Amino acid sequence: MTLATLVPLQSVALALVALGAPAVVFSRDPLKMIVVNGLYGLSLVLLFVIYGAPDVGLSMLVVGTVAYPLVVLVAIARVRAREGDEEDDEE
Amino acid sequence: MSRRVRIGIFLPALAGLGALLVWSYTGLPSFGDYQGPYGFIVNRIATPLRHMDNAVNATTYDIRGFDTLGEEFILFAAVIGVVLLLRDRGERDADEIEDDTGSDLIRVCGTLAIGAAVLVGLWLVAFGFVTPGGGFQGGVAVASGALLLYLVAGHREWSAFGNETLLDPIKGIGGGGYAVIGLAALVGGLAYLTNFFPGGVTGTVWSGGSAAFVNWAAGIEVAAALVILFAEFLQAYIVPIARSS
Repeated sequence: MTLATLVPLQSVALALVALGAPAVVFSRDPLKMIVVNGLYGLSLVLLFVIYGAPDVGLSMLVVGTVAYPLVVLVAIARVRAREGDEEDDEE
Repeated sequence: MSRRVRIGIFLPALAGLGALLVWSYTGLPSFGDYQGPYGFIVNRIATPLRHMDNAVNATTYDIRGFDTLGEEFILFAAVIGVVLLLRDRGERDADEIEDDTGSDLIRVCGTLAIGAAVLVGLWLVAFGFVTPGGGFQGGVAVASGALLLYLVAGHREWSAFGNETLLDPIKGIGGGGYAVIGLAALVGGLAYLTNFFPGGVTGTVWSGGSAAFVNWAAGIEVAAALVILFAEFLQAYIVPIARSS
């Protein structure tokens, strides 16, 4: 890739990351946040690949879109189940 | 704590952190302006000396192989930690939970994606010294392909595959294999993890010498470790759902 194509691509990737990070922070619903975070992870993958680090991009692809969402999903399910139990006890 | 006090603490902290970040970023060398000698040395010796095109993996699995062994055991220990925390809390009944997806589209696309992900993963490991990828990335891709089985077939089919009696030995063989390949060099009178095989043919699967086995050992360990991790988390996820239904 020449510098003429690389600089616009880098700008686009940086802009996506800059938009994606606040989008994750400002999603209020945890389940929506997981999906938005996955998309943010993909924008980071794009950034890594464009900046010449495909190895890091490959790791980020799986960690950001598979492993991390799973862990958060489990945490949410656990917390909700516990909240449900406590409500049952109060009744 | 009132909102006012919290903002009163937050704003100076934000300003301080922001100032430090700006200060440190302005002092960074510009992008691609690499000064140190080691990157240039590795780039120069990786292909002629080791028959490897991918200088990143030439570094991780060969030139600094011992550091990577340490990283492998960080993952190893982390997964054991998760297993100790989550496994065996009277939740065996989770194996019998039916939670099949109702969608044929997910089943068809998911089944195709399993094959694709596992194939891409194996390809990434096999060509670790030729193209970007290697044991860690490939192993992670294989494990995510296995996780798709849960999406396609539900927890019962998944738990037949993602079970510890099958995976624990594989994980051990991967992690131990790495260390044993290092020891093999010691037996031959060389330093630990010395690359003792000829480099093979540059640009093919048969490149990298004994570091190729180290790469495969890492791939096997990472894949098994992540499938164990997914299995434990899925079990922790599925049990509360099953109880509430």
